[in-house]
Amino acid sequence: MKHLLSAADLDRHSAIELLDIASEMSGVNEREIKKLPTLRGKTVVNLFFEDSTRTRISFEVAAKRLSADVINFSAKGSSVSKGESLKDTAQTLEAMGADAVVVRHHASGAAHALANRGWISASVVNAGDGTHEHPSQALLDAYSLREAIHASPAGQSLEGLKVAIVGDIAHSRVARSNLTLLKTLGAKVYLVGPATLLPGALTAQADGFSYSLDDAIEDFDLDAVMMLRVQLERMTASFFPSEREYARIWGLNGDRLSRLKSDALILHPGPMNRGLEIDAKASDSKNSLVLRQVANGVNMRMAVLYKLLAGGSIND
Amino acid sequence: MVSRTVLGTSDIDRAVTRIAHEILESNHGTSNLVLLGIPTRGVILANRIFEVISKNETVDIEQCLGQLDITMYRDDLNQQPTRSVGHTHIPGGSLDGKIVVLVDDVLFSGRTIRAALDAINDFGRPKAVRLAVLIDRGHRELPIRADFVGKNLPTSRDERIRVHLTESDADNEVVIEG
Amino acid sequence: MTRFTLKGLTLADGSVANIVVSDGRIQSIGSDVAGEEFDCSGLVGLPGFVDLHTHLREPGFEQSETILTGSRAAALGGYTAVHAMANTHPVQDTAGVVEQVKTLGDEAGYVQVQPIGAVTVGLEGKQLAELGAMAGSKAQVKVFSDDGKCVSDPLLMRRALAYVKSFGGVIAQHAQEPRLTENAQMNEGPVATELGLAGWPAVAEESIIARDVLLAEATGSRIHICHLSTAGSVEIVRWAKARGISVTAEVTPHHLLLTDELARGYDPIYKVNPPLRTSKDIQALRAALIDGTIDIIATDHAPHPAEAKDCEWAAAAFGMLGLETAASIAQDVLIDSGLSTWARFAEVMSQTPARISGIAGQGLELVAGNRANIAVIDPKAKRLIQGGGASKSSNQPFGGMTLPGAVIHTVFRGEFTVKNSKLAK
Repeated sequence: MKHLLSAADLDRHSAIELLDIASEMSGVNEREIKKLPTLRGKTVVNLFFEDSTRTRISFEVAAKRLSADVINFSAKGSSVSKGESLKDTAQTLEAMGADAVVVRHHASGAAHALANRGWISASVVNAGDGTHEHPSQALLDAYSLREAIHASPAGQSLEGLKVAIVGDIAHSRVARSNLTLLKTLGAKVYLVGPATLLPGALTAQADGFSYSLDDAIEDFDLDAVMMLRVQLERMTASFFPSEREYARIWGLNGDRLSRLKSDALILHPGPMNRGLEIDAKASDSKNSLVLRQVANGVNMRMAVLYKLLAGGSIND
Repeated sequence: MVSRTVLGTSDIDRAVTRIAHEILESNHGTSNLVLLGIPTRGVILANRIFEVISKNETVDIEQCLGQLDITMYRDDLNQQPTRSVGHTHIPGGSLDGKIVVLVDDVLFSGRTIRAALDAINDFGRPKAVRLAVLIDRGHRELPIRADFVGKNLPTSRDERIRVHLTESDADNEVVIEG
Repeated sequence: MTRFTLKGLTLADGSVANIVVSDGRIQSIGSDVAGEEFDCSGLVGLPGFVDLHTHLREPGFEQSETILTGSRAAALGGYTAVHAMANTHPVQDTAGVVEQVKTLGDEAGYVQVQPIGAVTVGLEGKQLAELGAMAGSKAQVKVFSDDGKCVSDPLLMRRALAYVKSFGGVIAQHAQEPRLTENAQMNEGPVATELGLAGWPAVAEESIIARDVLLAEATGSRIHICHLSTAGSVEIVRWAKARGISVTAEVTPHHLLLTDELARGYDPIYKVNPPLRTSKDIQALRAALIDGTIDIIATDHAPHPAEAKDCEWAAAAFGMLGLETAASIAQDVLIDSGLSTWARFAEVMSQTPARISGIAGQGLELVAGNRANIAVIDPKAKRLIQGGGASKSSNQPFGGMTLPGAVIHTVFRGEFTVKNSKLAK
């Protein structure tokens, strides 16, 4: 495996293998010396054209626990804001010896361009490209679900698990990557959101969809609900009328929580808009995996970096 | 390819039993003793050694038997396709003050044991680390020796040693292929 | 005085004849020979092609293309006339700029370069440009377009349509509702959704075409629809023509061949405005070109420098080359499909675009006495397309494809501009 660009890069076997590696990595994060020598001498560049402190820190911690050197490159205040292209930036970083580039970019396909256009030879990890994909997020979500439903998760899939993804499906890279990966792992995926934000091409891949969260809770016998963050610019672009109306129809609140199965799991990629797509009763309930997601993010990203960087030239 | 069996089931059983007794003898019992098998067949051998020990002594499996995956500590990761990672279990969560016996099937270059010593460092400070192997075939590349050896087996560098144990293979035997 | 004979040429009606060219004109068609002879057996002779939609980029964007390099590409494509779009810098919105473009075209001398005038000042869609002054200039502009941008204000469009009637002009509309295509990157549909690229809905094109054919009817004026790209647009134009509205429509070669599936690798070489659509749209466009609903093929040749394409999709420029490949795609759609004729080929590539623009001396039948503007093609040739050809840019969407047919000779005003598939001067 040379790059991680899309959840579709993973078949069931390789996805489970990654989750299993992450499982082993979790042991490292619980012991006294939270460090492995595995990627000593390798350099990982976090190339972030969008602010995302959480994702960047998660990759940074993951790389450091594997003893890689980490360079954080934020496009703000750099030559990029003076018009330097993605290509030039990436080539500059590779010239400094990057073995892997973890890229977050506002343009869909930016990670694919880095990986496939012959600009650089480093491994590329897509840490979110525009409204396209965010595969490491989907992996950590799957990991969190698997850990919650299996007493001994190693080797297990998510076969038969019924998961709803709720919110702005159209513009969500988290939704796209999760839809693909959850299905690869055997889960049933339902998409829920306003009709303006629920594109047919994605509902066609799902096991069902609904314009109403209440109906989805009623109809789909859900085991887990993944709430997506609402971007407020969607409201100004008339995808829905107001925050109040969104919260009323698609927000996960205590009342809706009580109508889910008692052990239904709640996920949110963060950061949460409390009171909008999720309220405190739901986010702070025992059902919530939100903090596990954050903790598991590091394990999962260690597994990804291990898989991409630890192998030798035979793979290249 | 020529292959010949050098140890059969009863040879292996005798070797394991002898190693178990030697460990008990040198450790004066089971206090602070931790057996760490190195995946895959080192783990099986550690289990078998533990079984022999537990027949003779009162011993808590939770405190005594574990396994140590050394994949992440290998010095040859760059020379092979990405390896899958094995499981690590440290009994009691720490190795501080323990007498650790590493268990592996074949001792060859010593590099695996070097990696295991590095890994052990990250789990605390043992009082001592010993090494038990079923086969010592020579050709060390590092200053490492075994404390407990099932059988010394002089080989040429090109030959391959295969250890088969019923927990993971069809039978119990040690075979030289050359 | 140049005199030569294209010998044994197959004409659009299927007959075989020698064409004697002398002193800029066709001297005879028949069995006569005179001057140097060029064996044209098996080759098809057609009136020189006329492109109604070319971006030559000069003045202002000479790093992409110049009038000279674009003219050479045109000649190699069998063209003897191109219409230079107005989105230059400065914009072709005054008599001075259009006359300069025409002069540079004449100096290059490979094809007749006919400037198109902007509809609005600076293409800004706010105020009519001096259309009458451009029409009355030496450039004799009859076609006006804000191409690249849509004249989206209905009142301004209505006024423009009415205004150009007085001198027989035509508005060529780039049909793109701006609000429905804000930040749009590619055809709206399953591929765009999967790729996470903002979609460009068909209705953004179709709603403008529907509005504008009604405005043309109301004003009694002529409207030309640029680069029609959807099956729905075809239906609207068909309806408008049936109703007697004076509308003509063009389709680009790329919209006749390439689909939005090509965007999957995020290679911006396939980023174009209007976007590549679906195979269903392609089928409708091909049928419409054959049945006459669509009148012409126009290239929308849009050169861009490497850096405008060697970047992430959203940052890349819209547009692709087309001049040197258009005839091949016309052959694929009309001839190799077995569905149409060389006579129709001559109409869509030469005669009708010349008629729409009113350009003098172009799109004329190959008969004795007419100006000798001739394209000679080998329909049996196969060409592996590589690189940008004579264009200064190399944003070639057909790279790696093998296309049918090759232009062998181009004769412009009685002189070879292309001889044996090479530039003749």
